[in-house]
Amino acid sequence: MSTPNRSSQLAAVLLSLLVPSLTLGGTNKDLGHDQLPALGQQIQDVRGSIISPDGSGLPPGNGTVSTGKTLYESRCVACHGTLGQQKGNELAGGMGSLSSSRPLRTVGSFWPYATTLYDYIARAMPYNEEKSLTVDEVYAVTAYVLYLNDILAIEASVGEKTLPGIVMPNQQGFIELYD
Amino acid sequence: MHRRSLLKLAGAGAAAGLLVPAKAAEDWMTHAGQPQSEYGSPSPFAELKREQTDGHPFAAAAGSSSSPLQDLNGTITPNSLHFERHHSGIPDIDPKKHKLTVYGDVTRTLQFSYEDLLAYPLKTHVYFLECSGNSYRNTFPGALDLTAGSLNGLVSGAEWTGVPLHYLLEEAGFDQKARWVIAEGADAASLTRSLPMEIALDNVLVALYQNGEPIRPAQGYPMRLFVPGCEGNISVKWLQSLKVQKTAAYSRQETSRYTDLLKDGTSEMFSLKMEVKSVITSPAGKMTLNRKGVYEISGLAWSGGGAIKAVEVSADGGRSWADAVLQSTPQSLALTRFRIPWHWSGQKAVLQSRAIDDKGNVQPTRASALDRYSGSSFYHYNGIQSWEVSPMGRVRNVYS
Repeated sequence: MSTPNRSSQLAAVLLSLLVPSLTLGGTNKDLGHDQLPALGQQIQDVRGSIISPDGSGLPPGNGTVSTGKTLYESRCVACHGTLGQQKGNELAGGMGSLSSSRPLRTVGSFWPYATTLYDYIARAMPYNEEKSLTVDEVYAVTAYVLYLNDILAIEASVGEKTLPGIVMPNQQGFIELYD
Repeated sequence: MHRRSLLKLAGAGAAAGLLVPAKAAEDWMTHAGQPQSEYGSPSPFAELKREQTDGHPFAAAAGSSSSPLQDLNGTITPNSLHFERHHSGIPDIDPKKHKLTVYGDVTRTLQFSYEDLLAYPLKTHVYFLECSGNSYRNTFPGALDLTAGSLNGLVSGAEWTGVPLHYLLEEAGFDQKARWVIAEGADAASLTRSLPMEIALDNVLVALYQNGEPIRPAQGYPMRLFVPGCEGNISVKWLQSLKVQKTAAYSRQETSRYTDLLKDGTSEMFSLKMEVKSVITSPAGKMTLNRKGVYEISGLAWSGGGAIKAVEVSADGGRSWADAVLQSTPQSLALTRFRIPWHWSGQKAVLQSRAIDDKGNVQPTRASALDRYSGSSFYHYNGIQSWEVSPMGRVRNVYS
């Protein structure tokens, strides 16, 4: 191990006095905590997949209860049962049960907004075949599930204009802890 | 106890290796062991595994698995044992094909690649993550004889590293009137949740690393939202988009599922903060004490309200309480380990722990935790866990 001699140490101290920014930790404007790389690439606005109760995000389209019934019976019935009555996976029933000792939370008895049906079917149903339904098919299955809950008549249909206007029975049944 | 007998064997072997000729030594002292490996694994003798909780009747990949709390110590859950909850399985996402889009009420719609995010100033913090359904089986009418992890292991603790969410929202120029950010995952379920802007601008991360390594696919690789102290479902995994808007989306997760029914038939929505809670992890369910004498009672405490201030332990079903020692300084929104030695005299005993956080929230009894909601409700249950030790030393879950 070499020992630096006294005169070179002295030279270093003198140099540091002359050029403080290099040797005594002066400011370097390139180093600082308030800098961000700003790497986000600007793209054209996107519609996205999020459907909100005011209907924002809903694509143009239409589906009837009767088309929905046919689709339901081939694509949905295995898990949700005839008329949406499969125990543990119910889509319909339970009206008025929420304050009872055996509440049943279904689309009709519980869900606050009909737009959520479109959103959820379009993104997540059928299980293991997600996003395989067309826009009109999603509207049709939405219409049929609303029919199963006596919210739509059998001859009805829904589309992007009508779905947000449907008032669900339990819409007022929630206390929102953030708004 | 299996592990103890192994230790005894190892001790005997080590002694033999020193004091008697080599041929009497254990195998592992007489030839080279395994060579180094690329990615390590635990001892086969440790027998660590997650327990599957109830699966979905029609959807095998829509289930959960819990951390084996009874086999772990300290406050960090190993990545391989962090609890899991998926709604349509675990996607294998190529980060080169994954983008995070920030859109909606912003002045610039922006897209970020995985590499882009790695270049931002990252923050690192230890937090707990708890599923709001954790301990739901303790809301059932009869107490189930299960382990601590099986009952209460939908909670884990980890060190999370990621990009503060507010950097990305500010870069996109979010509308100051916007109140919500809607997060969407890139899994088959494309799970969505609405995050209040006041939380989004606070301490939320777009997490990229967990306990030092890139987050695992089961935890959202290549990136997940991480919302400290809030119900796990809102820490959206496989995060692919953030939509800024004035209202919540009222997605199926936050309306149909993660809402809490009250006795009058109304329901609480956006009940995001997790409650103050603790559980004794040893001695705990399905263990057997095979001698009288001193044991260490040890467990975990946490609160979505802040840091743990105290944990009290009872060995007589709540008639008397003693302060446990908290390991190091409790961190806000993180697991805290507590310990207290206990002398078991061989009589029946009921062990309980009660956590108190720095906001003064006190963990309730099972009865008062249940009283908060409708009888059918099972999210956000934080009642005191009771473990009964029988005169034979058998430990089981009881309602006390």
